[in-house]
Amino acid sequence: MSATDQHAQQQGTQSGSAESTGRTTASKAAAAIDRARAEGRAALVGYLPAGFPTVQESIDAAIALARNGADVIEIGIPYSDPVMDGSVIQAATTEALANGFHVASVFDVVKAVTDATEAAVLVMTYWNPVMRLGVDEFARRLAEAGGAGLITPDLIPDEAAEWIQASDKYGLDRVFLVAPSSTAERMAMTVAATRGFTYAVSLMGVTGARASVDESARRVVAEARAAGAERVCVGLGVSNAEHVREIAAYADGVIVGTAIVSALRDGGPDAVGELAAELSRGLERGAGA
Amino acid sequence: MAENAPEASAETHPADAFLAGSLRHAPGPYFGAYGGRWMPESLIAALDELDETFEKAKQDPDFLAQIADLNRNYSGRPSLLTEAKRFSQHAGGVRVFLKREDLNHTGSHKINNVLGQALLAKRMGKTRIIAETGAGQHGVASATAAAFLGLECVVYMGAEDCRRQALNVARMQLLGATVVPVTNGSQTLKDAINDALRDWVANVSTTHYLLGTAAGAHPFPAMVRFFHEVIGEEAREQVLEQTGRLPDAVCACVGGGSNAIGIFHGFLDDPSVRLYGFEAGGEGVETAHHAATITLGRPGVLHGARSYLMQDEDGQTIESHSISAGLDYPGVGPEHAYLHDIGRATYEPITDTEAMEAFSVLCRTEGIIPAIESSHALAGAIKVGRRLAAEGGDPADRIVIVNLSGRGDKDVQTAAEWFGMLDENGQVKGTTLSTRRPKGFVPGEGTGAVEELA
Ligand SMILES: Cc1ncc(COP(=O)(O)O)c(C=O)c1O
Repeated sequence: MSATDQHAQQQGTQSGSAESTGRTTASKAAAAIDRARAEGRAALVGYLPAGFPTVQESIDAAIALARNGADVIEIGIPYSDPVMDGSVIQAATTEALANGFHVASVFDVVKAVTDATEAAVLVMTYWNPVMRLGVDEFARRLAEAGGAGLITPDLIPDEAAEWIQASDKYGLDRVFLVAPSSTAERMAMTVAATRGFTYAVSLMGVTGARASVDESARRVVAEARAAGAERVCVGLGVSNAEHVREIAAYADGVIVGTAIVSALRDGGPDAVGELAAELSRGLERGAGA
Repeated sequence: MAENAPEASAETHPADAFLAGSLRHAPGPYFGAYGGRWMPESLIAALDELDETFEKAKQDPDFLAQIADLNRNYSGRPSLLTEAKRFSQHAGGVRVFLKREDLNHTGSHKINNVLGQALLAKRMGKTRIIAETGAGQHGVASATAAAFLGLECVVYMGAEDCRRQALNVARMQLLGATVVPVTNGSQTLKDAINDALRDWVANVSTTHYLLGTAAGAHPFPAMVRFFHEVIGEEAREQVLEQTGRLPDAVCACVGGGSNAIGIFHGFLDDPSVRLYGFEAGGEGVETAHHAATITLGRPGVLHGARSYLMQDEDGQTIESHSISAGLDYPGVGPEHAYLHDIGRATYEPITDTEAMEAFSVLCRTEGIIPAIESSHALAGAIKVGRRLAAEGGDPADRIVIVNLSGRGDKDVQTAAEWFGMLDENGQVKGTTLSTRRPKGFVPGEGTGAVEELA
């Protein structure tokens, strides 16, 4: 990062960071969610880490995911210090790194999945790998690969001036997270800085399978909507078709991570496709329930 | 090395900083280009609550009186400033003074910060504290404060550190804390912090994360420094009283940077006082096995703050290495990154070998067994003393203060191993010669009892 970048970042931090939301950049993630909405259902958002167990298998699995009902694919970048992840995803990303995964491969994964499917492909990443490559350079290469944008679990809009600038420049989505603990003020600020969809964290905790969907998920979605969010997807702990059904009744999209990673670990890309097909049966509004 | 030097110099120039006034009491969230909050949204409300509680408390005479009382009547402050006359012969003959944080209750500077934060936890109505620990000193201090104030305490500790610092694991357990060995990643301090953060995000309504160093997201760096400022305040007063003048240099070891920022703070606005932070050079900064974050790292974000960071081309954190568990951390507090960039403090690596030599010298010249962390500061002081002596004049007119951040009881096993004092079974040589038969083999009850007592 250059001194000028740092300066821009500080400026943005001081002036708040939501200034760019008035711009009309076509959002690939929003378009994918709107297509699902037009079909009378919520969108399915599926997560897989790049490079697990190998780069090729992660591509195959993501394609299987998209062909079996996922509207949006999140490709995670394996990172040495994944503080928001539970044991299943930690184990997978640790294995990817041990197998020699390099950050540059994520652009190959994004390109392969984008070329082969209709899904919008977002990259989910902790911030340091982006900073290391350079925020502008990362954004440029992601856009070049056909990626939709970034989900940033440890970057809040308060620190995101540089990313907001780069995402505007390259027309990328920026998916920020809101949580059960977010104040109304922060909710409004975060929603305003977001493009694509608002990621509503269903519970206070890290990724991982849960027996039930936390009560707070519904409240977070309502609060995000009240703050002006047009599209809200719920993630964390969503583990099965029953959970999907429950969330699809009130959110615009349902995000599934750990369950898909477990399926890939135990049964390869085919198992991922089967799980996606099963999960997507829960998407229809009023389905089952 | 060349890649980090020019980075933030456009941002702030040392001359500007001095002209602008004081470097003391920097409030955060930013220290030049460093600091901030690179944290999940889930934790921002808790950080805000902490920030608010701390800002109120530090203006509150009752809170300040409470801290002063605990410092005096529980920790045993003020800690002494001891002149190390025989040690000074190894440091070019300059006068060396030791700031005796090793004499604090629990054996290190860590207690200063822990008491402050534990009181804040109570103010916030939290009933549980969690902490990470490397050397175990912060864990022991946290367990101590928790017992003293009636809080539940869980300490995350890398499995490798549990091995190196087994004595401290037992101390924490004796104090009623739960110790969770962390087997992720390098199984040391950074991984313990990761697991503590995962716990915090899930339990934030009841739990305060009592971070043990001047790193992490705002308000931690400024807050942890605040509770350690007493080190520098006392040292400055004591050296003036004992010698009538300010020191030429102040030396401290730097893990995350809490003891160093605490003692530096007292002297930040004294331009004649040179400040030295000594990082763990491990097997040497030319090898891959060290923890010299400022010397060789480059700016990045880890654990909530932007600062220097040991990272590879991909931004993955590089595992650090040091004989000292408390310095075995690939990051460093953001205020140190800033002081480095503006040239106010100088950071240098000290190898394991240099640290252990200084450890031995202090033991034998002063009758003080230092923590291996603090031995890095002692080794640095030897170098700085020799350099000052080489500048000419009477070395006895030169003064160096070393922050002796902790005592070495916890390190006896590591030191015994290093100095070849153990036999092939890991026992201290000469301690297994007793010809007495073990208890179970003693035939008569009467004789058995006598033998046991003897
Ligand atoms: C005695 C002692 N000194 C120094 C340190 C390093 O921490 P910091 O750099 O925060 O002072 C530790 C950490 O465990 C320690 O126990």
